[in-house]
Amino acid sequence: MLGKLTIDALPHDPIVIGASIFMVVVGLIIVGLLYRYDKFGWLWREWLTSLDPKRIGVMYIIVSFVMLFRGFSDAVMMRVQQALSVGASHGYLEPSHFQQIFTAHGTIMIFFVAMGLMWGLFNVVVPLQIGARDVAFPFLNSLSFWLFVSGAVLMNLSLVLGDFAKTGWLAYPPLSELAYSPDVGVDYWIWALQISGLGSLLSGVNFFTTILTMRCPGMTLMRMPVFVWTTLCSTALVILAFPILTATLAMLFLDRFADFHFFTSTMGGNPMMYVNLIWAWGHPEVYILVLPAFGVFSEVVPAFSQKRLFGYTSMVFATAGITFFSFVVWLHHFFTMGAGANVNAFFGIMTMIIAIPTGVKVFNWLFTMFRGRIIFSSMMHWFLGFVATFTLGGVTGVLMAVPAADFQLHNSLFLVAHFHNMIIGGVVFGYFAGMTYWFPKIFGFTLNERLGKAAFWSWIIGFFLAFVPLYILGFMGATRRLDHYDASLGWQSLFIVAAIGVAVIGLGVLFQVAQYVVSIRDRRKHRDVTGDPWNGRNLEWSTASPAPFYNFARIPRVYGRDAWWADKQSEELNAQGPYEDIELPKNSPAGLYIGVATLAIGFGLVWHIAALVLIGALVALGLLIARTLDDDTERVIPAAEVERMDREFAKRRLDLHAAS
Amino acid sequence: MNHDTMNIREEHMEERERASIASVGFWVYIMSDCLLFGSLFATFAVLEGNTFAGPALGKHFSLPFVLVETMLLLTSSVTAGFGLLAARRGARRHVLAWLFATFLLGAAFVALEIAEFRTLVLEGYGPSTSAALSSFFTLVGTHGLHVATGLLWMAVLMIYVVARGITGGALRRLTLFTLFWHFLDIVWIFIFTIVYLFNFI
Repeated sequence: MLGKLTIDALPHDPIVIGASIFMVVVGLIIVGLLYRYDKFGWLWREWLTSLDPKRIGVMYIIVSFVMLFRGFSDAVMMRVQQALSVGASHGYLEPSHFQQIFTAHGTIMIFFVAMGLMWGLFNVVVPLQIGARDVAFPFLNSLSFWLFVSGAVLMNLSLVLGDFAKTGWLAYPPLSELAYSPDVGVDYWIWALQISGLGSLLSGVNFFTTILTMRCPGMTLMRMPVFVWTTLCSTALVILAFPILTATLAMLFLDRFADFHFFTSTMGGNPMMYVNLIWAWGHPEVYILVLPAFGVFSEVVPAFSQKRLFGYTSMVFATAGITFFSFVVWLHHFFTMGAGANVNAFFGIMTMIIAIPTGVKVFNWLFTMFRGRIIFSSMMHWFLGFVATFTLGGVTGVLMAVPAADFQLHNSLFLVAHFHNMIIGGVVFGYFAGMTYWFPKIFGFTLNERLGKAAFWSWIIGFFLAFVPLYILGFMGATRRLDHYDASLGWQSLFIVAAIGVAVIGLGVLFQVAQYVVSIRDRRKHRDVTGDPWNGRNLEWSTASPAPFYNFARIPRVYGRDAWWADKQSEELNAQGPYEDIELPKNSPAGLYIGVATLAIGFGLVWHIAALVLIGALVALGLLIARTLDDDTERVIPAAEVERMDREFAKRRLDLHAAS
Repeated sequence: MNHDTMNIREEHMEERERASIASVGFWVYIMSDCLLFGSLFATFAVLEGNTFAGPALGKHFSLPFVLVETMLLLTSSVTAGFGLLAARRGARRHVLAWLFATFLLGAAFVALEIAEFRTLVLEGYGPSTSAALSSFFTLVGTHGLHVATGLLWMAVLMIYVVARGITGGALRRLTLFTLFWHFLDIVWIFIFTIVYLFNFI
């Protein structure tokens, strides 16, 4: 009846029991608070069932932050273990627990933090920047979000019931095959990724279509803000790369579940096939994440240099170039496979070539600053920190692109330091800058700058303290994923420095929490009445802050790049003409229900509970069909109502103008 | 022009815009589905020789059988196309008739595929026998699963047309469905060539 699920699945380890109890207690506190202030209805109507991309975007970001805390806790536990576990001491974690922690850390940070923040930013920003009121498929958008949540919940369930994978974040076979990983850990990994990956795929289709079909009149492709360009390229990569992940995970599951032989080491299976497939997805994935960060900086740097972006066209072509090249470098993740010198040389050279368009971008941003009126906001801090960190990471990347050097550095902590250099310095700094930049557009007040800068300094100092020792350790021969090492190696002092670095990053996270708390407390002081707190350049700043649920009272018309900046120069109104009725999608709980049903399917497949899978599948399918047959999904906001709200905003802005 | 005709025209424009956005989105989805099949084809190409001392894959297939399957699926694409043409004319009964014919042909295809799989498994050549057979079952089976999904979609569409007639929404859904159905045809042509034909030669 319950498949493989027995009482033994409950946690035994005190750390895991503590974490499980903590999760349950936090959940109860949240429910209690909602009950106390009678906010269930509000939460349901305004957020959970909303099809407004801005709301969905905020929910993505909140879920990602929750997952960030879990991923960060994993990082802290690893650093402490490696600082302690030397010689006679074996630290405080058992090897099997340590293995689950490093697997969970990588999986969570990529799939549930970086991806979630990315979709959050797309949802919040893209419709506003292209002058649209919504995305192409609003319901699909909500469904994608709930699939993402469903994957995240499944991931966290593995903490409470059973084990998580002990295989590393990409679960290479034959280790991840049933013969070597007989517990449910790898199945949790497969289904958490499969479900959230499906959500990503659908979102990719949605945003790609949105950008192609819903731009406002006059916005040709070469007039799009660069963030929209990077979104377009990033979603193109999602559409092309995620199906490979879907297929690969499905094959691994068939191997484990139905005794197939794709990647087994017997019966003709080929484990290297898996490694090729997973990196044919995995390398583009890196660019899926980092391109939007480039897009954020292409918005932030011109805004805080008060100058238009240098080299728009080259920026677009560099983005497209990176998109293309990201598909022909995957083999550099396993030069040691033995593909031969010529194959390795080809992929090594392709990898080095990617540095060229990336370099073009860095120079463009620096030239944008040149002779600009630079405002050193916290967002510019993130940018400057990014340039230094990301460039260093790029240099170590080109170094490892040399196959001969890679044979030495492969699988060492040097590699670990390199990709954290790219992902923290590139993706994380970029998304943090973006979240500070667009925060007032969603909530109507800006964030506290002092705490933002404090967070930045903690992050960057902590980053270098934590990862420079790893570069050195890598050269000294320390391999990744070690839970114990010999005292005579002389590594401990460097591991201790790295652990201190993580503590400093932790301080940065605390400053960020404080930043949100203090900013919400002082929200009246930091209110953004103008809708344009940074003297920005693109359409999102032409509407009120917080942006009304319909985004634009009248759809803007665009005559060139930096449309809002041009409007401000000419002092003419951006959108004229009569107000019209606005049609927007009604709320729908179907996405949430399908998410729950999918969670049941995933859980059933992990534990081999047939009835749960069947019920979940029937419910999900039934809801999906019912939704596709529903033609009554829109509501209309009458023109008079739109006009009233819009005039109110215009008056506020004029009053402010007169006052200043 | 009175108010009513203007309203109708506006609604018409809106439906057209919606249909065009939906079809762009659907093309994009098909592109990503191509990559899904691409991954499975690549896996098949790598593993098809790994029969683990069993007979070569070609020994398991019967060419006339596969030819019948192919003909059923190709004919179903023609009938689906006629169904869409009938929908453009607004001929509801013709739409239903063509859809029903498509459904039968598709169902026959799925039935034949299941029969083929069943024979293989009974003869002791199931997907667990070797990597080559794993990749064969998965590639062909994934296509079969798509066709089965198409059958379900068709059933829903027929109910929709019966209940609401040939509205703009019905036409949009039918267009997307035929796009999907033709796409499955093209994938099948590749399966027919790469999986079956090449293993005969």
